[in-house]
Amino acid sequence: MKKEMIELNDVKRSFGEKSVLKGVKLKINKGETFLLIGRSGAGKTVLLKTILGLLRPDSGTIFIDGQEITQLSKAKLEKIRLKFGLVFQNSALFDFLTVWENVSFFFKQHTSMSRKEMRKKVTQTLSLVGLSDIEDMYPYELSGGMRKRVAIARAIIYNPKIIIYDEPTTGIDPIAVDKIVSLIKDLHNRLSVTSVVVTHDLETGLKIADRVAFLLGGEIIFEGKNQDVKNTDDKRLLQFIQGASGGPIKEMEV
Amino acid sequence: MFLLTQIEDFFCYIGNILYFIKDTFYWLFTKKRDLKSLGREIIFVGIDSFFLVSLIALFIGMIIAFQTAYQLQQFKSEIHLASLVALSLVRELGPVITALIVAARSGASITAGIGSMKISEQVDALEVFGVEPIDYLVVPKFIALLVCLPILVIYADLLGIFGGYLVGSFKFSMSFGLYMRMTLESLGLIDIVNGLVKSVFFGSIIAFICCFEGFRPRSSIDVSIVVTRSIVRSFILIIVFDCILTAFFYFV
Repeated sequence: MKKEMIELNDVKRSFGEKSVLKGVKLKINKGETFLLIGRSGAGKTVLLKTILGLLRPDSGTIFIDGQEITQLSKAKLEKIRLKFGLVFQNSALFDFLTVWENVSFFFKQHTSMSRKEMRKKVTQTLSLVGLSDIEDMYPYELSGGMRKRVAIARAIIYNPKIIIYDEPTTGIDPIAVDKIVSLIKDLHNRLSVTSVVVTHDLETGLKIADRVAFLLGGEIIFEGKNQDVKNTDDKRLLQFIQGASGGPIKEMEV
Repeated sequence: MFLLTQIEDFFCYIGNILYFIKDTFYWLFTKKRDLKSLGREIIFVGIDSFFLVSLIALFIGMIIAFQTAYQLQQFKSEIHLASLVALSLVRELGPVITALIVAARSGASITAGIGSMKISEQVDALEVFGVEPIDYLVVPKFIALLVCLPILVIYADLLGIFGGYLVGSFKFSMSFGLYMRMTLESLGLIDIVNGLVKSVFFGSIIAFICCFEGFRPRSSIDVSIVVTRSIVRSFILIIVFDCILTAFFYFV
């Protein structure tokens, strides 16, 4: 049994002339909460999509739960993808479906579960993220924090092994941020999953994570334990922690 | 150099859209359809268009009748009014006008709808849940357009002919029976087939162009651009294919 859940070796990807990932190496262990930080536009989302198999890398290998995915067919990728629950940056709830149809979307598409069972499962999962009595509302009727919770419910309902949060705290107020943070921790312990949090909000991220990687200029320039971040002597990481505009990272450099 | 990249872009576009059409047909035959979402699309594309199509078809019928009557007067042969109105409606104006209405009305909303799903990551979300966007979003719309457009065209033909009759009865006091007999005598099976074949082509054009453009925006500004572009391109292609098909049926 390998202890890595996700392993990336020298993954490269470019769009046209612009190379976004320049040889990313990354190991995420089973059962840990992993934090991936980087500036806006550093290629975090591209990296995520590559891990999920939505984008194919130009070169390099990616192992998910011990299986190499870069050469897999679309149908097999779809199977691998079911190991992931993804919480999108802007929640990405389906606006034309009600909350309960959103949360039960996976079951509707892939199983022949009865309406009653789905409804029950949805209510259970919503209570797990601290929501109730909103099943028949539409996403646009909810606040940003609630939408985020619904998005989390939608991602965890089919018991994925890995939950990925893409910028979980962007665009919601500070109190809601705190609640989301404790929710992520809580879910991690209760569901015993591997959690990956991708964010540019280092402070919030460190409250959650066991290990941290820092993505800059399409490469991982730092990978280590949570505590190591504070004791680092890497000037670039220090600049990021302090939020200084002067330093080795230039304004335009991502 | 500029011209060269333009030509290259053009062929890239054609290539991409052909892939898109191939994928649509692949998914059309591989998966079972959810009847509920299909019904929703048919209601949206077809039934909601009935009022607009009725209104415009009726007026077009009357306009054609007036114009034809004006020309026929010069040859003192107003009696042929019914046949000319029927032929120009069934062979030409019914399919084209209906297709343009549906392209402007449903096509625009298809592009805007898919486009806003694309920029708010809902299309990515579909993929993450193991659902192919083309299968889930495009195929039901394609089927709905293929089913609805021929029906709308026949309906538009009938209303147009009725519009023609209104003019015929007020201006030349033709009886309903006479007008209808003249109409039916002039129409052959080939004319009806001609109109229906056109409507099937136009329906596919609307579905493919409007859905394909919907997947292209990267930001909210792009959405307005792709909506405009999808309507303009559908209009152009509808007219071009109309010309090709008319020529085809003329020589057949």
